[in-house]
Amino acid sequence: MAAPNKILVVDDDPYILMSLEFLMKKNGFDVVVARNGTEALEILHKQMPQLVLLDIMMPDVDGYEICRQIKEDPVLESIQVVFMSAKTKDSDIRKGYELGASLYVTKPFSTRDLMKKIKELLAA
Amino acid sequence: MSNLLVVIASLFYLALLFGVAWYAEFRLKKGKSIINNGYVYALSLSVYCTAWTYYGSVGRASVNGVEFLAIYLGPTIAAILFWPFLQKMIRICKTQHINSIADLISTRYGKNFSIAVIVTILCVVGVIPYISLLLKAISNSIHLLTGPTAGNSSIAGFLDDKTFYIAAVLTVFIILFGTRSVDASEKHEGLVAAIAFESIVKLIAFIAAGIFIVYGIFNGFESIFTPALNDPELRNLFTLGDKTSYGTWLGLLLVSMLAVFFLPRQFQVSVVENNSEAHIKKATWMFPLYLFLINIFVLPVAIAGKLIFAGTAIDADTFVLALPLHYGHQLLSLFIFIGGFSAATSMIIVETIALSTMMSNNIATPLLLSAKKFKPAQDGLLSRSILHIRRISIAIIILLAYIYDKTIAQNQSLVSIGLVSFVAVAQFAPAVIGGLYWKDASKNGAIAGIFAGFAVWFFTLVIPSLVSAGIVNESILQNGLFGLSWLKPFSLFGMEGFDSITHAAFWSLLFNTVIFVSVSVNSKKTSTEIYQAEIFVDIFKHSARQNKIVWQGSAYLEDIYSLLDNFIGTGKSEKIIKNYAARNRISLETKKADPALVNFAEKLLSGVIGSASAHIMIRSATKEEELKIDEVISMLRESQQIMELNKELRRKSAELKKATQQLSAVNEQLKQMDLLKDEFLYTVTHELRTPLTSIRAMSEIVHDNEDMPPEEKQLFLGNVIKETERLSHLITQVLNLEKYESGRQVLNLTPVVFNTLVKDCINSVLPLAKEKSVLIEARIPNSMFVVRCDADLLIQVMNNLLSNAIKFVEEGTGRIRVWIHAGDDELQVWVEDNGKGIPDELHEQVFDKFFQARNQTLKKPQGSGLGLAISKKIIEMHQGRIWVENVQDKGARFIFTLPNR
Repeated sequence: MAAPNKILVVDDDPYILMSLEFLMKKNGFDVVVARNGTEALEILHKQMPQLVLLDIMMPDVDGYEICRQIKEDPVLESIQVVFMSAKTKDSDIRKGYELGASLYVTKPFSTRDLMKKIKELLAA
Repeated sequence: MSNLLVVIASLFYLALLFGVAWYAEFRLKKGKSIINNGYVYALSLSVYCTAWTYYGSVGRASVNGVEFLAIYLGPTIAAILFWPFLQKMIRICKTQHINSIADLISTRYGKNFSIAVIVTILCVVGVIPYISLLLKAISNSIHLLTGPTAGNSSIAGFLDDKTFYIAAVLTVFIILFGTRSVDASEKHEGLVAAIAFESIVKLIAFIAAGIFIVYGIFNGFESIFTPALNDPELRNLFTLGDKTSYGTWLGLLLVSMLAVFFLPRQFQVSVVENNSEAHIKKATWMFPLYLFLINIFVLPVAIAGKLIFAGTAIDADTFVLALPLHYGHQLLSLFIFIGGFSAATSMIIVETIALSTMMSNNIATPLLLSAKKFKPAQDGLLSRSILHIRRISIAIIILLAYIYDKTIAQNQSLVSIGLVSFVAVAQFAPAVIGGLYWKDASKNGAIAGIFAGFAVWFFTLVIPSLVSAGIVNESILQNGLFGLSWLKPFSLFGMEGFDSITHAAFWSLLFNTVIFVSVSVNSKKTSTEIYQAEIFVDIFKHSARQNKIVWQGSAYLEDIYSLLDNFIGTGKSEKIIKNYAARNRISLETKKADPALVNFAEKLLSGVIGSASAHIMIRSATKEEELKIDEVISMLRESQQIMELNKELRRKSAELKKATQQLSAVNEQLKQMDLLKDEFLYTVTHELRTPLTSIRAMSEIVHDNEDMPPEEKQLFLGNVIKETERLSHLITQVLNLEKYESGRQVLNLTPVVFNTLVKDCINSVLPLAKEKSVLIEARIPNSMFVVRCDADLLIQVMNNLLSNAIKFVEEGTGRIRVWIHAGDDELQVWVEDNGKGIPDELHEQVFDKFFQARNQTLKKPQGSGLGLAISKKIIEMHQGRIWVENVQDKGARFIFTLPNR
């Protein structure tokens, strides 16, 4: 069972990670952070968050791959994936949704909008 | 026998010849030629056997035994062995429109007028004795038939002379017979038929005589030969005996072998009147067979005559006729007389026609054409003139022969006069054979050789006959010319032991050949000679496929094909023609080409060689017109130009192709660059978006959370400032790189003391190093290195390398070394660290733009990811190199070089 209100934030940029961690906490979520793909996969299995905020371009395992593994794993399948990426081409966005993401947000983004959408996703 | 009967029989026979000729031409008009086959061809060749054979062989055999056979063995050997030579002559004459031996020689040696005249005159001089001997033979045979009348052997009394009337009748007959056709170049279909008919008549008549004598008078061969063998004199006739040396035999073989090719009448029937090369094959066995048949009875008749007429004064030359007459067989005698008459007339007809053609074509017509008064514009005048010239020529030739007979020939036998002619025409052999097989044979060589040969011939054979006729003083035979003993006609240079014919043949041909060859080798040839030599010697290469060549006028498909093949390419032309024919429903089944097809072919050719040349070429194929040499040369020049033009075009199109390839390569490169640019832009925006994201997020947080603790607020705002700095640094770097790559950056080259520059750079990063407790060690020689470079740009490079090194070493244990090595022609700067190094496979990629971004380590990327790419660009702009190596135990070593200037 997914831990309610638990959100995993994955990004290799420390400032983005720092900001999002602050925001999620502020909005009452239980936040876990990972600074690369490998770390993220470990945490996913241990902590079972309800939602993952996922960067795509990372040095070890990229965001697309993590999403694919989540959606193929019957245990993790229910975890909602939100991509946030500097990759802004239509083909990149389409790929993200095809892999089963609930949302694709392009960088830079409005933190207010992001929070609003996350709340909506979790409420649904 | 009455004179009247003989005259009527003779005239009737001549009328019969007319009939045969008329029938042949009648059949030809109906498209069914009766002469276009190998049998008629072989029979026409048998014009070789004249009254000399008919009467003279017996005469010769009765004196010299089997020696007479040499005259027939020569042609037999020639027919069997040398027919390829004949074929080559035929092919050349057909393709070059040659109609006499004089024409052949002059065409080969540059279409030279004078050589044609010389050969013609020599032919006439050489052959007239021969014609005269046949007139004599006819006259003798009539004499024999009608019994002794008041014979007259002087010219003055010609009105009482039978021979004169014979000559006159023959002249009229030959003029009527041989010059009816207005078109002088037309072939004599009727003539050939008549000649073949005459060959049959003389063979049957002679065999009839032989059978009568052997089986009618005697009881077969044995009854003749047995008494002969018992006679010591006659026995000698069966062997070559003492009188005939092997040298003589060889001489006669050689001379007769050449005569069968070069006698004007032989050339006429075997080459000019030939209808197809295929007929040669039949002649190679039929002609020798004919010679064999006509010789079977010679020796028996000779011995029979000797036996029967022993002790009488009857001339052995007349045995054939005298024997039946002696036994009172009037009708048979008349038939045998007609046989001899046919043998004589056939030769006289063909010989005079051949000679008159030569005289009119090679002497009279050129003179006529060059005469100012003559206007060829008048219709038909030329051809009528030519006809008249021929008629006059015929009359002159027979008149000359008659005069010769009356003045010189009285005391000679048939055979010896004939052989004089044989030796004369043999003089053409070196020039003709050399001309057909030896490209170096020259006009001067041919003229000199022929002259030399004829001079020797005249001296050794004609002078003696003039002596015996009382025209030349006899002393020349005894004491030699000018009293020089080595210039005796019968023993030139003291050579004795040969008969006069062999002696003359040997010396004349020796002089002829040696002079011909040596003058040819040493003389310059005109372009026409070289061109003709090429065509003659390689005729089978130049003319169409064997046996398929067609000589009668109008265009044949085969010719059109071979013409086009030369210019368009073998096979291709046939395909094009077939396509055209199929489109226009033209049948290709007929041998003759459809006129539309000919037009099409001309157009095709026009595209290749130009319209004027194409017209000439097609005309030559269609009407069989002879190309004038200047036309050929100008055509060759034109096609030469076209070939050069083609070469030029090919070169140009090759260049164009190359340019196109280069262009498409550049295009490909441009596309590649475009892709790279897209990728670069995408990466740049990506790199911009990341700091923008954190700046926005952090400033929003500070903005939205007024209740934030001040330290936290400070932290976020401080980060915003750092990210903004990173952003502006990135933008500067991107712009720099763009500037260097586009080549818009101008180097500000000044002499720079590099030691100082490096030291300054180290000093500028020292604070950063101290912060991380990294040791920087500089090994810089004391001597000054002055390099012309852009100091600002190289400071960028140094700072980039140093700050990279500081970034990638461990805090506390980090150690950086900077070395300067001075080589002869370059300066090397090393920046070495003890960080974790760079994997070998990435040694080149680290200099790529945004390499770091695409291969991020776990840590947040430091710097723009453009530093090394920019450094590389700067060093390359200074004609230096930059690369990275691994330090043995640990760390990376960046090295750049600058040329020492």
